[in-house]
Amino acid sequence: MNIQINGEWREVRAADLAAALAELGFADAVIATAVNGEFVPAASRAAAALAEGDRLEVLAPMQGG
Amino acid sequence: MLTLYDVSVRSRLLLGTARYPSPAILTEAVKASGAQVLTVSLRREAAGERAGQAFWSIVRDLGVRVLPNTAGCHTVKEAVTTAHMAREVFGTSWVKLEVIGEEDTLQPDVFALVEAARILCAEGFEVFPYTTEDLIVAERLCAAGCRVLMPWGSPIGSGHGLNNLFGLKALRARFPGVPLVIDAGIGVPSHAAQALELGFDAVLINTAVSQAADPARMAAAFAQAIAAGREAFLAGPMEPRDMAVPSTPAVGTALLR
Repeated sequence: MNIQINGEWREVRAADLAAALAELGFADAVIATAVNGEFVPAASRAAAALAEGDRLEVLAPMQGG
Repeated sequence: MLTLYDVSVRSRLLLGTARYPSPAILTEAVKASGAQVLTVSLRREAAGERAGQAFWSIVRDLGVRVLPNTAGCHTVKEAVTTAHMAREVFGTSWVKLEVIGEEDTLQPDVFALVEAARILCAEGFEVFPYTTEDLIVAERLCAAGCRVLMPWGSPIGSGHGLNNLFGLKALRARFPGVPLVIDAGIGVPSHAAQALELGFDAVLINTAVSQAADPARMAAAFAQAIAAGREAFLAGPMEPRDMAVPSTPAVGTALLR
């Protein structure tokens, strides 16, 4: 299915968030995730089913003031 | 010692991590500053680049406490969601709460700020709200559960120092027991010294250090100014006067006319 990752359309085979992150190369990364604007804690990723057109945000530590 | 949400720190300089020429210079500046609290943020990560992972490893090696911000958020929902994500990534309940209301000045939307602070404090976050010097907003933030306030000196990144001395002095006088951190607009060490002389508990600095020609040297200069300003506050500065007062005693002056 096609979903948006950080604003870019990607095709993924995974059906849940945890599998999608692994497929996209984020398996061991320090990240936080949101789907369609709602925070999905790390412990809930495997249970978070993805659907066509979902908007996924993958955020990581960055410089800030 | 400065106590922020039951955590004691020696340094009254909180340092931002953005806009340094390189990660190595960031590290040097942090060490030179003596800062024990660094602000950090969350941004989109590209799987191939992993810029965030590299940055986080540098910050972890510095062994300091981090204060994640909600920079770039314009609504209560964005700020609250960002705080949740930051708590998971950084493993801290501290959050520098920014809800921006206006692009030219980056002035906080204080109405949304108070609402977001109420939600986050109720959820157990320890909120450092980036606010203005407005007394009533400060009261509402304290009522919402904030135990630290971070008023701006002047707009973020402007380097104008303390724009509204009357308002900031009134804030200090009105909230004697609340740690007050001047969070924005500090341009040079004398601005920071002035904030500490007025009794503010700490300053948060980013651009003034990261955009200096020699960030590590400027960080050290800020550390000295902040230490001097704090000592001056504790020493009790004299009251200014409008007219001259001779410092040498007039009694016993020779008559030589």
